[in-house]
Amino acid sequence: MSEWRGISTLWRREIKKFLREKPRLLNAFCQPLLWLFIFGTGMRFSPAVSGYNYQEFIFPGLVCQAMLFTAMFLGVSVIWDREFGFLKEILVSPVSRSSVFLGKMLGVSTDVMFQGIIIFPFAFLIGAHIDLAIFLQALPVMLLISAGLVCIGLTFASLLKSFEGFGLIQTFINLPMFFLSGALFPLSTVPDWLLWISYANPLTYGVDALRSIMMGSAWIPLFPMPVDIGVLIAFDAVMFFLGTYVFGRTE
Amino acid sequence: MTGIPAGPLGIPPEESPLSGRGSPHTGLTKGTYGSYFLGNPVMNRDTDKAGGRICRDESGVFVMAPVIETFDLTRRFGSNTAVDAINLRIERGEVFGLLGPNGAGKSTLLSMLCTILRPTSGTARVDTFDIIRESAQVRKSIGIVFQDPSIDADMTALENLRMHADLYDVPLSEQDARIASVLELVRLEDKADDFVHTYSGGMRRRLEIARGLLHYPKVLFLDEPTIGLDPQSREHIWEYIRKIRKQKDMTIILTTHYMEEADRLCDRIAIIDRGRIVALDHPTALKQGLGGDTVILKTGVGSDLRDLLLAGRISEDVTVIDGEVKAVVRNANVILPQIIECASRAGIRIDSVYLSHPDMNDVFRHYTGNEMRHDGVKEHFGRVAMMRRHRR
Repeated sequence: MSEWRGISTLWRREIKKFLREKPRLLNAFCQPLLWLFIFGTGMRFSPAVSGYNYQEFIFPGLVCQAMLFTAMFLGVSVIWDREFGFLKEILVSPVSRSSVFLGKMLGVSTDVMFQGIIIFPFAFLIGAHIDLAIFLQALPVMLLISAGLVCIGLTFASLLKSFEGFGLIQTFINLPMFFLSGALFPLSTVPDWLLWISYANPLTYGVDALRSIMMGSAWIPLFPMPVDIGVLIAFDAVMFFLGTYVFGRTE
Repeated sequence: MTGIPAGPLGIPPEESPLSGRGSPHTGLTKGTYGSYFLGNPVMNRDTDKAGGRICRDESGVFVMAPVIETFDLTRRFGSNTAVDAINLRIERGEVFGLLGPNGAGKSTLLSMLCTILRPTSGTARVDTFDIIRESAQVRKSIGIVFQDPSIDADMTALENLRMHADLYDVPLSEQDARIASVLELVRLEDKADDFVHTYSGGMRRRLEIARGLLHYPKVLFLDEPTIGLDPQSREHIWEYIRKIRKQKDMTIILTTHYMEEADRLCDRIAIIDRGRIVALDHPTALKQGLGGDTVILKTGVGSDLRDLLLAGRISEDVTVIDGEVKAVVRNANVILPQIIECASRAGIRIDSVYLSHPDMNDVFRHYTGNEMRHDGVKEHFGRVAMMRRHRR
């Protein structure tokens, strides 16, 4: 019970801080617009893409991208807590390390979900057929995607001692995971080596699952839905235990 | 807000599972704190030495189990021993000061007592809980104000306090009343809804102290509570510390570099150097332990006066620096007239007299600056003298 109070207060703190950060919210809202309407429009009329509406195709990918970038950014924000000392207040409290990790994870995951959901209204602007039922089906998949990504971010934050390492994460985690997830181009036409690397990327399964839900019959899934979901659950579990372990060893 | 509700383990020692062990471990490492009275409420020695400051009452804080007890507590970092087999007892309700030069081991000791750092060997009990095996309970029993800020500046004071109440599971029914009362104590009640980043350094410190009190800890650790604060803020913090100590049955352990602070606030002071306790006593006793007051006499014939003082057994420790004769005497107020009489009889003219009673700075330097004195090089003497004059 007391552990739960600690978890919940850390959870609420993340949400409060996220919602107070107005410029970040604005950025979160506007960045997908650029991808959808400039990049998306340009690609839509490029001869390389045919057979479906490209904007509709990248929409699930952009949801994943927004979640990925936010998860990494906020996950790594644990470093700020360390820098500004608040982490010490948490670590000397009677709340256990694993509860602290869980509270952070739940909080940041909630923020990440906000970030993913914010993009949904744009679906109407590009003419994607997303109704309430599809939205509700997408939510649990998004939750599975965000939980694992947040754990990656938190794990790195526990390992990195300063914010300077954040650029490395941008280059070595964010962009490769994004580009190799099939978010921007279909994996059905890429060379084998690229395909296999993409299969090693958990986000590929997230994008595939979201596309299967949102595009319906217009999309030929890479994997059946249970495989996608299974991989995501396994990814979450591994990252959660790894994250708890690494975080438990800090200081 | 009144006293602290008796915790599940705030039991008197006759019922305590620990009361049997005590004695083999209670001896202190060194020197001044030679005899220790366990279970003896009348502490004559201390009364004599410290002018009765510690003898709180006869009903006996001293018969209770000590709130902190360390057993050969040791921490090494590689080949460096930061804390070296320290045995220490701190009684309930004390304001206990830890002094020591930078790197002496104060922070390491504190970190181990706060369960942030594991000892290499030995252990300690805080509020009867073992710091290694029962760290969760220890954490509930202590409040900490760190040297560096540890408050979330992007939240309001109230939000910070509520988070703390949640983390420490303060009963919900009492939460608001407690928050109001700690805010009132540090006079921040008007600023409760302001974001902490709008606070000044002193206000943040006060808020951290308030936060540290919120869960009614048995022990409050203050690590350099007034570092970097202006004199007014420092006075305020002192006032709060005194108030807390009076209102609540709380033990306060503070580290500081300000000798005046330690002198004015603490019941007992431990001086730590190179991981060991080199002195431990009441401030008054420590000061008296230096062997008395210092008389500085300015005269044209310094060495004559020195010989006179030594020959007349007025002082055993006389030095001459730049025509100033410095003599350490037992009670300067009484001895000074004798010196002047003696000198005038011998035909020595004294131009001016300066009298000083030892303060904590002298005590600190005596115990931690030994190599400076005993290495006995003349230049060192000059430097010490300069430092002293500068201070005056």
